[in-house]
Amino acid sequence: MVSFMMHDTNSATQMKKGNDRMTNAAANQIQADDVSVFYGDKQALFNVSLDIEQHAVTSLIGPSGCGKSTFLRCFNRMNDVIPQCRVTGSIRIDGTDLNGPDVDPVLLRARVGMVFQKANPFPKTIYENVAYGPRIHGLAANKDELDFIVEDSLQKAGLWAEVKDRLQDQGTGLSGGQQQRLCIARAIAVGPDVLLMDEPCSALDPIATAVIEELIAQLQDRFTILIVTHSMQQAARVSKRTAYFHLGELVEYGDTKTIFTNPANQQTEAYISGRIG
Amino acid sequence: MSKTDLPPSYLMPSDSLYLVDANTRMAHIARGLVKRRRAARRLRYAGIGAIATALAFLCILLGSIFSNGYTALCQTEILVKIEIPAAELVDATGAIDPKKSQAFNWSGLVKKSFRKIFPDVTGMMDKRSLGELVSANAGYDLRRQIEAAGIVPAGEMAYWITASDDVDMLVKGYMDRTIDEGARRIKDHQLIWVDQLHEQGLIRLAFNSTFFTAADSREPESAGILGAVVGSAMALIVTVLLALPLAVMSAIYLEYFAPPGKLTDFIEVNINNLAAVPSIVFGLLGLAVFLGFFGFPRSAPLVGGMVLALMTLPTIIIATRASIRAVPSSIRDAALGLGASPMQAAIDHVLPLAMPGILTGTIIGVAQALGETAPLIMIGMVAFVVDVPTSITEPATALPVQIFMWSDSAERAFYERASLAIMALLAFLISMNFLGVYLRRKLERKW
Amino acid sequence: MRNDHISSSFNEDMAELTQCLAELGRLAQTQFAASIDGIATQDVAALQALIEKDRALDELEAQIHTKAFEVIAMRAPAATDLRRVLVALKLATSLERIGDFAKNIAARTIRISEMGNERIPGVNIGRMAELVNSLVLDALVLIDTPDSQKAVQIWSRDVEVDHLYGTFNQEVLASMSRNADMVPTGSHLLFIAKNIERVGDYATSVAEQIYFLVEGVMLDDERPKADREVTINKI
Repeated sequence: MVSFMMHDTNSATQMKKGNDRMTNAAANQIQADDVSVFYGDKQALFNVSLDIEQHAVTSLIGPSGCGKSTFLRCFNRMNDVIPQCRVTGSIRIDGTDLNGPDVDPVLLRARVGMVFQKANPFPKTIYENVAYGPRIHGLAANKDELDFIVEDSLQKAGLWAEVKDRLQDQGTGLSGGQQQRLCIARAIAVGPDVLLMDEPCSALDPIATAVIEELIAQLQDRFTILIVTHSMQQAARVSKRTAYFHLGELVEYGDTKTIFTNPANQQTEAYISGRIG
Repeated sequence: MSKTDLPPSYLMPSDSLYLVDANTRMAHIARGLVKRRRAARRLRYAGIGAIATALAFLCILLGSIFSNGYTALCQTEILVKIEIPAAELVDATGAIDPKKSQAFNWSGLVKKSFRKIFPDVTGMMDKRSLGELVSANAGYDLRRQIEAAGIVPAGEMAYWITASDDVDMLVKGYMDRTIDEGARRIKDHQLIWVDQLHEQGLIRLAFNSTFFTAADSREPESAGILGAVVGSAMALIVTVLLALPLAVMSAIYLEYFAPPGKLTDFIEVNINNLAAVPSIVFGLLGLAVFLGFFGFPRSAPLVGGMVLALMTLPTIIIATRASIRAVPSSIRDAALGLGASPMQAAIDHVLPLAMPGILTGTIIGVAQALGETAPLIMIGMVAFVVDVPTSITEPATALPVQIFMWSDSAERAFYERASLAIMALLAFLISMNFLGVYLRRKLERKW
Repeated sequence: MRNDHISSSFNEDMAELTQCLAELGRLAQTQFAASIDGIATQDVAALQALIEKDRALDELEAQIHTKAFEVIAMRAPAATDLRRVLVALKLATSLERIGDFAKNIAARTIRISEMGNERIPGVNIGRMAELVNSLVLDALVLIDTPDSQKAVQIWSRDVEVDHLYGTFNQEVLASMSRNADMVPTGSHLLFIAKNIERVGDYATSVAEQIYFLVEGVMLDDERPKADREVTINKI
């Protein structure tokens, strides 16, 4: 484990009770039970239950508007930002319900990081982009530690070699693929256990996409990764487990190999082979 | 698409332009094009006409102000040889003793020296009449000049003494020589003396630096806008210091933290309404609350600034909210996703990116406040203040109020000075707007 | 042609496929060499073991089949990668068939040995067997290092096998027509020769697949065949 993770557990002693169990346990049991999401009166997700495998990549696939991004955002409570969004059912990490009254979303998001569809680096320097997370959570005691965290995160994101000489350049001056890797570095600098990725490659060309997919394959040793993708080929390439959603319902969830060679459900088969939109 | 999916064509008249062949249709469109172009041209001319009219009125306004005011840039001066008796002013060491200087009759010295130019003027009445040609403050000016220099020059020196405002108006041509003597301020014998001065080359028009370095005065030739400018500047600083943080914090609260509901809607509607409230209402508020209830010092820039801050608050809040909304939500989402609290996300990321818009809004609001007269009059900044204010709690006046007072005054000379002051105010406003545009261009980011 | 993919797991999948193929090829060749040795030595125990070992080849072929299927489903290979996967499927089948023929040869050799040496026609199957064996070995080399020119060479050597097969057939038939005792063993020998000739065909098929892998197009011309009609009529 990298040094800054120890700082994280030091600050754990000052956290609220509901979060204690979350960071001290070594295993990350992530379970979704009967989760439904409502936007006002409209229901977007219908009673979804599944268990996420740790240290593996799980992908959520399905046609547009099927609720996979909504489901993804439940895991770090980004749905709170949307007004009139209501989540029922329970999502548990190590037994603690994320929607419980004593769970602070800010602390949750330090544990569950997110990478968005369009790379959104802050309009600051590359160094500042990666250093922001550790800084606000107080993970570095001094500048040297912060430098180490920044370098380590950029290394893990496969970006260090390309930017080590220009850390003070603007983050927005990088290419699309580099920006997305910068966002990944920024997310992992906080030392989360889980990484949520919402169509991270949809705005990138095939080479940049392949680079990031290889990065994801390497990151799964350290993180549990949940990726939403509208490209089922990407799901086939990258993930170990796949969940297929359709119109807000979980249709099938299983090993990616099985889903792509011999799916159990007729609907899944139709989607995979391109028989419906 | 099979034929059965098309709408039934029998619903259309047989000579409909939609159904005819392409050539006929194109010919029809081409004909219609002529009319459309004509209409567009008419609209363009109307637009040009409107702009031209507006520009014309603007030119007329500026032209009239300029023509009235530019003469105030000069002030008539008379060359007088004065010998200052050092013995009556210095102390033992040879430096000027302030008490002796205070007691000395500087005005008399000036008038006496002036009268030497007209040796054949005798008699009390005539002498007084002659003395009226020189500014009443001339002695005071000379005293200040000598005290600033620190030493008393030996022997007789020539000084350019400020002439009285009546002589000034005469020299600048504002006084009609032909009308009846009783209706004029400069009498016939005084006219003769002035002409004599012209012949001897002892009278000139010099640059009116007093206008920019002195505060208000009863005598127009000694009056300047410095006091008003400093007073306005102080009030504006107070305005910005009060309004900017309050407005930014309010906007952030309303945008991110206010719970959606009737109360928030009510607040938002009323902020927009406040922007339309007449400024004199804020003056009344200031009078009643700040002066009456809290007992702040009257006509101080502090109170003026507070009243103007209340006035500018809605403008800056509205500008801030618009700028905050213009920041892409992806930045805020990224910050929240990292575990920043909503306040941290707003302050660390949204606010710096919204700054250009906020600054522009602030500068616009402040420029607006700079020109407000009514509320400042209500809180008493209309006082006659002869000193340049040194702190925000001293009585002061503001530039628009100063203009108001001067334009109300009896002396003709104040009228031209009011016009020049208006030009100074306009120059200040224009430069603030340019500053706003420059800041916005410089700080604008491309996403 | 050995540029690595950006995805390391894709590289691993293809490497696994190649490895299994090489393994299957080695096994097939070993089986075949052992079977033709067995014709001379008639070591029944060894031949039995050979027959048992054929199961391993079947399993390997199934493994390659599954792996190729997965690679197509999960990786959507394109261009050379796609040809490699498709060729791997066909090669697995060909190599497994070679193994099957080796098994058949062994089975028939056991039957011959039961009948006693005096009833075996005095014919030498060795030359043809050696030739086919060398074809198989060369084909295996091709699998490791694909070369389209060498592929064409192997492909054209099959003619010689056909000639030898024809000659051998004639000799055995002549022997059988002279001596009726030779007929049971002779007919086994004919089948064995046929199997060896088929192994030669499959080795050639391997060469054709490798040619397709390298060039991207099938070998166009008809494989030159010796005119069997003429041979038979020459009796």
